Amino acid sequence: MADSAHRYIPVGYSDLDEMLRAIGLSTVEELFASVPKAVCFEAPPAIEGPLSDQELRRYFQKLEGNNQVAGRDLISFLGGGAYRHDSPAAVDYLIQRGEFLTVYTPYQPEVSQGTLQAIFEFQTFISMLTGLPVANASMYEGASAFAEAVLMAARIKKKRRKVVVSRAIHPEYRATLATYVRNLDFEIVEVGWDGSGRTDGAALEAVIDDQTACVAIQSPNYFGVVEGWQRASDLAHAQGAVSIGVVTEALSMALLASPGAGGCDIACGEAQSFGLPVSYGGPYLGFMAVRDRFKRSMPGRLAGETVDSEGRRVWVLTLSTREQHIRREKSTSNICTNQALCALAATIYLSLHGRHGLRRLAEMNLQRAAHLRRRLTAADHGVSPRFDGPGFNEMVLRSSTPVPGLLGALEQEGILAGVALGKDYPELEDCFLTAVTECNPPSELAQLEEALLRRTRQAETVGETA
Amino acid sequence: MSEERKVESRKLHPEVYWRDEGLLFDGSRSGRIGVQLPPVGVEEVELDQLLPAEELRGDLEEMPELSESDVIRHFSRISRKNYALDIGLYPLGSCTMKYNPRINEETARYTGFAASHPLQPDSTVQGNLELLWELEGVLKTLTGMPRVSLQPAAGAQGEFAGMLMARAALDARGEQRRTVLIPDSAHGTNPASAHFAGYQVQELLSNERGTLDLEDLERAMTDEVAALMLTVPNTLGVFEDQILEISRIVHSKGGFLYCDGANFNAFVGKALPGKMGVDVLHLNLHKTFTTPHGGGGPGAGPVAVGDELVPFLPAPTVERGADGSFYLDYDRPRSVGRVRSFNGQFGMMIRALTYILSMGGEGLARVAEMAVLNANYVRQGLEEDYHLPYSSPTLHEVVFSDKWQARHGVSTLDIAKRLMDYGFHPPTTYFPLIVSGALMIEPTETTGKEELDHLIAAMRAIAEEARTDPDLLKGAPYSTPVRRCDEVRAVKKPVLRWYPPEPEAG
Repeated sequence: MADSAHRYIPVGYSDLDEMLRAIGLSTVEELFASVPKAVCFEAPPAIEGPLSDQELRRYFQKLEGNNQVAGRDLISFLGGGAYRHDSPAAVDYLIQRGEFLTVYTPYQPEVSQGTLQAIFEFQTFISMLTGLPVANASMYEGASAFAEAVLMAARIKKKRRKVVVSRAIHPEYRATLATYVRNLDFEIVEVGWDGSGRTDGAALEAVIDDQTACVAIQSPNYFGVVEGWQRASDLAHAQGAVSIGVVTEALSMALLASPGAGGCDIACGEAQSFGLPVSYGGPYLGFMAVRDRFKRSMPGRLAGETVDSEGRRVWVLTLSTREQHIRREKSTSNICTNQALCALAATIYLSLHGRHGLRRLAEMNLQRAAHLRRRLTAADHGVSPRFDGPGFNEMVLRSSTPVPGLLGALEQEGILAGVALGKDYPELEDCFLTAVTECNPPSELAQLEEALLRRTRQAETVGETA
Repeated sequence: MSEERKVESRKLHPEVYWRDEGLLFDGSRSGRIGVQLPPVGVEEVELDQLLPAEELRGDLEEMPELSESDVIRHFSRISRKNYALDIGLYPLGSCTMKYNPRINEETARYTGFAASHPLQPDSTVQGNLELLWELEGVLKTLTGMPRVSLQPAAGAQGEFAGMLMARAALDARGEQRRTVLIPDSAHGTNPASAHFAGYQVQELLSNERGTLDLEDLERAMTDEVAALMLTVPNTLGVFEDQILEISRIVHSKGGFLYCDGANFNAFVGKALPGKMGVDVLHLNLHKTFTTPHGGGGPGAGPVAVGDELVPFLPAPTVERGADGSFYLDYDRPRSVGRVRSFNGQFGMMIRALTYILSMGGEGLARVAEMAVLNANYVRQGLEEDYHLPYSSPTLHEVVFSDKWQARHGVSTLDIAKRLMDYGFHPPTTYFPLIVSGALMIEPTETTGKEELDHLIAAMRAIAEEARTDPDLLKGAPYSTPVRRCDEVRAVKKPVLRWYPPEPEAG
């Protein structure tokens, strides 16, 4: 029977008869006597395998080879809520240690201090960056973190059903919010933007009233424009509403005034930038931080410091009466499994960068994006910045030729120049969103610039001969 | 730490010394850094010319300063305070702590996957889309359900998406059903997900066999009821042998049957939810399909649906065009919408498909068989020493209680903590809620007989200790990196982050 032994199943053929005898059975099938035959497979499922590691490598290498990706086949300026940043080798090494990778949620603190301590360190980092004292031990990703923040605000403002949301918040975050509240009795009011690319202040003021539970803006917003938190927070607080700040590019918090400093009561968003690959959209790292008085309304896990029976400083999961395994339908969220390993990666990433590295990296992103913006403005490249508000590492460019054609032509040259905005914002059909990070060396900025120039000249030539 | 204590500690084995490893913030030293950044490479402009002064923050003075080796040592040291599946049996019931194959970690890190951006044009990510297509295909094969959305980030989000689809389908029928029936043995996520999807929850009591009482169900199943959420097998490890009758009753009143697939490992490759009359089902890739738990995530919670719910699947879905190429289909007007950004926990999907192909169809059936064999072997080995509240046949997990130990003043908590001294992670405790002092053991198929024998011997030794020396158990654990932790104090005086020490006065 050795032929049918499997590398992941140590039980089996040599022990099988002995184990069956111990439990008083003679065949494996008798173990499934309670399962009606009518619901069983008639033959084993038709799935290829078992494959060897060598065969698996071949299969998955063929698939990954069918992708064209930045750093190998393409130059990419895609951002829009997922950012390419270099991750030090130590991050991926440490998260692959079995003592972190292969452990469960640390409900048993005596044998889980490593995970708990790392969670406490993660909460501390998120608290420092957001400027809010209580950060949870992660949400799935930015969009659902945002939806949960809105639900939390509505819990705090029980009778208020109006939710004011900037249209400059990531479209998929707003779509996720719409899904989360589709059967709940909320009125979502969206507010547009002004010429600077910031949320329209006058419109914001006009819609916030005493029925408003919360006001949410993103900064830098989806257009890459730094909004600043204070104005929206003040408008929210003037009507007794909760102020929510959304961040999709977490690195920006190393440079920009924090949501907490800008009056936000809840900060939430995406921390994929801290050490996680873009990986086609996941796994990422949602975060949430709140004012101290709101901590018992917060969703998700929290680690807290306490002592053991010998007086040592230790960490445990705490305030869990908020959670579904205790409170069931009265819990603050249904979230159970979260993104713990991603939170660990971010914690290691932030430890390595530290006080000066993170700041310097954020400045580098800012400087390179500003450089590209200056270059594109200095001469006619067929594109120009759409908004004049200040940016961090991302900007909206308006094209003088149709965007699909432009992006398609650049893709043919191996350049993914940005995300077309027409699908989510019909009024920005002539625009696309371009991000620049430290993964775009100056030579790539020059390549983008040259490719755009070439196209502009070609267009002129065609125009002259026509 | 005093000088005296330091010397004392250094006489100990390093493992013991490392138990005192502080927070990384404690180790910060001015002038250290753990990365080398590339040069900026472009002309730098003063910050205040790029951003308004009021939008800039100051120096990140609270952040630590550490070298790369400081960071490696810190995290390596604290990692050794964790018990891990790579070290030994982790018999947490309903959590399916099975071996996490290393090849999964390798394939998930291939550059073509890891470096692919979620907003790339479909033409540049055909490999990703084919992978998603293939994974949906094998999950359809294993569940017998017509479509699967891979988007939900975890089981609870899969439940939520599933219940939203059920509601949308009822709305489409013009039916206002607002109640969901949930057995008292269910995971806490079930009622929470139903609540957030906009339903009222009505609890059903389990019968003396630990299964649903069909007469109760018949009474409760009115035309106000949207769905029954049922865990199969349930959290007692018991298969609802009346499943076909259950689905008949639910459907006869026009409701949907939701199956919580958290315990899918018990029958993967053996039985099909599609044949049970299940209308919607979520799976946990981090349970049955071996993606690592990572200390609490990331997981992934694909949701499979029957024909009536297909139009309401979260968008986008992955489709294949006439020319054989794959694309993301956003044009789904009846979709409940998206439950998160982008394309789900893609990295977890690579791992799950790697695992599925590493097993094959027959191998997966073997998984369920050996998981059930192991649970029954443990049950037989312990039922003389621990009270078994339900004697129905066990599939992948078995639930004991502390009833017999309680006579000696010993609780499930004490048993769990003492088991750590014998070198095991404890089972799930105090769940399911219908068993007082529950001890829920799920050995999974990835543990061999000799380790099960060790677990049985340890549990039996503890039962003996409970009879002869109960105080010993109340003080456990003794050999772990830290001793029993004061969780009450953590709640009463929450300390939820580190703060820099106050500067000394004077």
